[in-house]
Amino acid sequence: MPETPTTPILAERPAAAAAAPAKIAIRGLVKSFGRKRVLRGLDLDVPEGRSLVVIGGSGSGKSVLIKSVLGIVTPDAGSIRVDGQELVGASRAELDRARRKFGMLFQGAALFDSLPVLENVAFGLLARRLVDRRTARERAIATLAKVGLGPEAADLYPAELSGGMQKRVGLARAIAAEPEILFFDEPTTGLDPIMADVINELIRGLVSELGATALSITHDMASVRKIAHRVAMLYEGKIIWEGPVERLDDSGNPYVDQFVHGRAEGPIKVGVERNG
Amino acid sequence: MNFLAAIGRATLALLSTVGAVVLFALGAVVSGLTGRLYWRQLGRQMLEMGYFSLPVVGLTAVFTGMVLALQSYTGFARFEAQDAIPTIVVLSMTRELGPVLAGLMVAGRVGASIAAELGTMRVTEQIDALTTLATDPLRYLVFPRLLAGTIMLPALVLVADVIGVMGGWLVSVYKLGFGPIEYINRTFEHLETQDVVSGLVKAAVFGFLLTLMGCYHGYRSKGGAQGVGAATTRAVVSASILILIANYVVTELFFAR
Ligand SMILES: Nc1ncnc2c1ncn2[C@@H]1O[C@H](COP(=O)(O)OP(=O)(O)OP(=O)(O)O)[C@@H](O)[C@H]1O
Ligand SMILES: [Mg+2]
Repeated sequence: MPETPTTPILAERPAAAAAAPAKIAIRGLVKSFGRKRVLRGLDLDVPEGRSLVVIGGSGSGKSVLIKSVLGIVTPDAGSIRVDGQELVGASRAELDRARRKFGMLFQGAALFDSLPVLENVAFGLLARRLVDRRTARERAIATLAKVGLGPEAADLYPAELSGGMQKRVGLARAIAAEPEILFFDEPTTGLDPIMADVINELIRGLVSELGATALSITHDMASVRKIAHRVAMLYEGKIIWEGPVERLDDSGNPYVDQFVHGRAEGPIKVGVERNG
Repeated sequence: MNFLAAIGRATLALLSTVGAVVLFALGAVVSGLTGRLYWRQLGRQMLEMGYFSLPVVGLTAVFTGMVLALQSYTGFARFEAQDAIPTIVVLSMTRELGPVLAGLMVAGRVGASIAAELGTMRVTEQIDALTTLATDPLRYLVFPRLLAGTIMLPALVLVADVIGVMGGWLVSVYKLGFGPIEYINRTFEHLETQDVVSGLVKAAVFGFLLTLMGCYHGYRSKGGAQGVGAATTRAVVSASILILIANYVVTELFFAR
């Protein structure tokens, strides 16, 4: 197993931490599934009001990372603090309280297919009992408008929507309750380049409009350049590089270089590894 | 010693599965009882399980009642005991066949569809999405299904009892020469409340078990469409076996005195 280089990142992180207080601070995160070690002591800070994008190969554990923060996956060890509050080992009530700050767009949109679009978008508002049904309806329509969908989409069922529209509805559902922290799991995969750009623009606009902190995952480099303030690279269960998006092309890290330019040759060896 | 090791491993696996199922059921019931009840979910599931299962349960019941009358006749006529047929039909239906057959039919219909629906929601991350939208999936998805099954199966069995007796009546009156009124009178002659009640208790237990199996296997399914298919099969098989086991246990509790 090749040793992962750690020098560049150590030079980067203290500066980042000093720039803004960390909205999300992750330390020493470990998660294994059976014998498969997915996260192996991962450290990451997401500064408040910034958009951080995690890049990394398929199966490197990006989704597991986000799901750990959301409390869907229980880490084996480590610490996740949101606004200074520890989430690892927190009670269900504490977790629920933290989740009120969260909005999440899932990799496959994960819309509830037994409910029409409108109820999907209004779901979080009603579940948290923030507003009554009528207000929730109005807010949902307004949120749909923000992602470029008219009220005529409101009564459709998810199965009747194209992939791009599903992503937009998923986006609307994630932002309906105006969360402080947004999570995007591969917001552009499976979309054509134009629709991908539309979604990227939406994300960029919404994040700055809400003043939200964002933690995203993608392997779409165009998306990274569009939505990221900062970029972190996940490799073999650790963050091996982290820095501002402007530094992406001269990161000085051979792993990042290889990934950004999509080269088969380089320090990252792509084997056909068996899962499980 | 490989043989003993294999037995040991199988026993451990069985015990850990039982433990996981019990924990799952407890978790769902506790979170269902401690928070808000999702009435719309409950109503939808009751309609789905109760109303839409009527045709299949009714058909099963009418033919079972008919065949019971016919079979008892061919047997009992040999020693002039045809008069017992109405009693045989009504006791078999209420105590045994009503709940067991309705349970098995509904396990095939509802248990499978619950497993498929929750399994799909699991692999498409809809269950994770619920969690992020401040909704406890056990409370929102699982508890209403368990409750609907526990309420609706007794209702279905009551209907099945009536239809089964009607089936017996049809065959006895039109084929075996019973008087229509006489048959009805004899039906109630030896019937006790406990016969019906024990059947309804069984039905409630079966309703809980079959929805639990659907929910448990669906909730824990993984690995795409194939995983959902496997979960559906497991839900139906395990529900059917549990129903047959529970049937014996409840019968023992009621009548072994
Ligand atoms: N619930 C689980 N049970 C078992 N293994 C899991 C589970 N969730 C994830 N894994 C494993 O963890 C590894 C990382 O998965 P993850 O979904 O985080 O990858 P990813 O980086 O998001 O990949 P992709 O870019 O393809 O979405 C995979 O090898 C996967 O098989
Ligand atoms: Mg992923």
